[in-house]
Amino acid sequence: MARLIVNGTPRDIEVDPDTPLLWVIREQIGLTGTKYGCGVAACGACTVHIDGAATRSCVLPVSAVEPDQQITTIEGLSPDSSHPVQQAWLALDVPQCGYCQAGMIMAVAGLLMQNPNPTDEDINAEITNICRCGTYNRVRAAIKLAANGGEATQRG
Amino acid sequence: MNAIISISRRSFIIGVASTAGGMSLGFNVPFIKPALAEGAETAPEINAWVVIRPDDTVVIRIARSEMGQGTLTGLAQLVAEELNCDWSKVTTEYPSPAQNLARDRVWGNFSTGGSRGIRESHEYVRIGGAIAREMLIAAAAAEWGVPASECTARMGMVTHAASDRATFYGQLAAAAARMTPPANVTLKDPKDWTIAGKPLPRLDTADKLNGSQVYGIDLKLPNMLNAAIRACPYFGGKVESFDAAVVAEMPGVRTVVQVDETAVAVVADTWWRAKTALDALPVVWDEGPNRQVTSASIAAMLEEGLGANDAFIGAEQGDAGAALSAGGRTVTATYAYPYQNHATMEPMNATALYTPERCEVWVPTQNGEASLAAAAEAAGLPVQQCEVHKIHLGGGFGRRGNFQDYVRQAVSIAKQVPGAPVKLIWSREEDMLHGAYHPTTRCRLTGALDADGNLTALHMRISGQSILAAVRPEGMQNGMDPVVFQGLVLSGTEGTLGYTVDNLRIDHAMRNPPIPPGFWRGVNLNQNALYVECFMDELAHAAGVDPLAFRRKLMAKHPKHLAVLEAVAERIGWDTPPAAGVHRGLAQIMGFGSYVAAAAEVSVTDGQLRIHRIVAATDPGHVVNPAQVERQVEGSFVYGLSACIYGECTVNGGRMEQENFDSYEVMRMAEMPDVETIILPSGGFWGGVGEPTIAVAAPAVLNAIFAATGKRIRTLPLKNHDLA
Repeated sequence: MARLIVNGTPRDIEVDPDTPLLWVIREQIGLTGTKYGCGVAACGACTVHIDGAATRSCVLPVSAVEPDQQITTIEGLSPDSSHPVQQAWLALDVPQCGYCQAGMIMAVAGLLMQNPNPTDEDINAEITNICRCGTYNRVRAAIKLAANGGEATQRG
Repeated sequence: MNAIISISRRSFIIGVASTAGGMSLGFNVPFIKPALAEGAETAPEINAWVVIRPDDTVVIRIARSEMGQGTLTGLAQLVAEELNCDWSKVTTEYPSPAQNLARDRVWGNFSTGGSRGIRESHEYVRIGGAIAREMLIAAAAAEWGVPASECTARMGMVTHAASDRATFYGQLAAAAARMTPPANVTLKDPKDWTIAGKPLPRLDTADKLNGSQVYGIDLKLPNMLNAAIRACPYFGGKVESFDAAVVAEMPGVRTVVQVDETAVAVVADTWWRAKTALDALPVVWDEGPNRQVTSASIAAMLEEGLGANDAFIGAEQGDAGAALSAGGRTVTATYAYPYQNHATMEPMNATALYTPERCEVWVPTQNGEASLAAAAEAAGLPVQQCEVHKIHLGGGFGRRGNFQDYVRQAVSIAKQVPGAPVKLIWSREEDMLHGAYHPTTRCRLTGALDADGNLTALHMRISGQSILAAVRPEGMQNGMDPVVFQGLVLSGTEGTLGYTVDNLRIDHAMRNPPIPPGFWRGVNLNQNALYVECFMDELAHAAGVDPLAFRRKLMAKHPKHLAVLEAVAERIGWDTPPAAGVHRGLAQIMGFGSYVAAAAEVSVTDGQLRIHRIVAATDPGHVVNPAQVERQVEGSFVYGLSACIYGECTVNGGRMEQENFDSYEVMRMAEMPDVETIILPSGGFWGGVGEPTIAVAAPAVLNAIFAATGKRIRTLPLKNHDLA
């Protein structure tokens, strides 16, 4: 049995303690916005927030999460897609297939919480999620749009 | 995007409890035989392509699969353009493969590959929209008792100006559905388009921002089980035995099944438990005949082909053999292109429900009809007793079209637990080990230069793997695989060589290693462009001529090829010096019906490559959504440069060595250059967009690396080379 707080709601879950948080979120809690991509924390598709910090959930055993920690998934980032990162993504029509985008958005939201105005170098260092469709340039532009409160800016 | 629910008698709402955020994750899945002939329950179908609801919502049917490439939005724009509807009221849905079959393939081909989604179907979907428009006009005219010729349709409304009457489409739809479709319609001239041709936002973005987009891997059905699979990692190997008893009592495990000759699967209540048990399952493999196969043995096989006497000729002009042995100056180089995995972000998966009477499959597929055929075959049921529900794809890139291995596996597993839906998900490791790999080829090029530095002869010998021989033998022509010569042939509309060489021979010594090849975004254009465009650069340098000027001399009869090349050269400032330490390279090719070119600016410092800037130009004839073209071109550099820098699957002991993204690296944000896209639609033809640009990414960058370092990289990937 594990107690988790997911998107503000406490959950008591029957689960093997070694189960990665990702699969608890997807299979026990039923929130499938968080994606499986690699299972080795290499691609970032599984990124969620734990107490506000972007975390790759595919290698984190559920037993490593404390009962009072706040887990936020893409479904809980905002009630209505109104988070500035989601809004910037919408404005620039960032996603292609979209599969990596939940993890990408969560990683970026985490970055902006810690660093509201990241430089290109900050973005390069912190946003290492894999996108195979090739949305990187729009992701970068959308990060800057979100950081500037919705106003577009030049790269640099 | 919904599945078509209006023609399903009943449907299940599959969903989960909403979270504190209050978001519903409901998913509507048609679950039973579609009752096509019954027509609509909720809204009339004007024709196969258009349904209009009483609230004026226009539902446009999309036969091709959306996997990120934007086909869904583009096809909807084309229908909406002719329909003269209100774009803000447009939504879309997929007809199912069984529905297509039952209606004599009214929606045409479902296959979504070869950058054909729009270019192959633009005409009949526009006709579909135009016919629906005329039926709506006819319905209004009949109701008002006026000639249809006096009525006009615009923005979702039919108007009869003379009597000052107007009605919205939603009010006309039921009557329009009963009208006789006109035998002929006239399509608009693209220059008059107001919906098509415009950079409209995608229709499918919102759900991708909040977790509500359902991919195949996310599917939930009542009483669903989950399966994890392991196929023999050795190509050509089989399952010899496995000891199910070892894992039978593990948590959640329902059963352990042999899927087919090559694979075993564990079925459990959750996928994680199925995978955990699978990892603990003792399996003995019959390792098959290929344990001695390595990348080195494959390389030797291909090297032999480079000098072989027999080869299929794909392009010939003059007498290259005689011209090359005439004693003038020659240049020779040998290039090599490795195996690569598609590595879609969403691993392969399919969900199947089997009963002795019926089989249904839910699957992210690039070809719903191929999925249906695979399901029927695996189920051993007539195709009329099967159905496939197309689910949004987390990437396709060619892996999910021709190849339906995951569908057959899911059905085979489901047959062993009849009555329960089973979702099969491949692990990333399974995905990497059982790809339909970009084929490996090598190429030896020999060119002759005259005293003035003109190219007088060229022989291009390709040695290596045929995709068609392995996966679509019916496409072979007297033993030759014509697709091997993508972008290199002398005539046709798909992809011609952009150079005139008086003495030319391009031939292929087919050498097929026992590794399964597949169509990989860009297919054979990728390596062919690399070979031709890097070698052109080599020839130009050997001749002491600027690479652009050298090409220009050979391109007089190829104005469209030249136009895109000139466009990127001009934009990047080819005639002006780059910034200190920055060097440039060029490439062009024609493929998938479009003309593309790229110019790259790179620097190499202490062996570290940095790609600063890419300029790309595309002439696809007509453009349906320029914003979408830009996205595809930008994305092409991620895919193409990932292949150039990292992409390599190596074979050892008869199996692939790379199992995940930690050993199969791909490009990330930090390495991504700026990409500027120039769209040059010259009209008069319809070319594809999703693939061709990939092919110019690597040669443009490699030519720039030569300019920077003097090093010719002739073997991909770059990670294996020291640029210092």
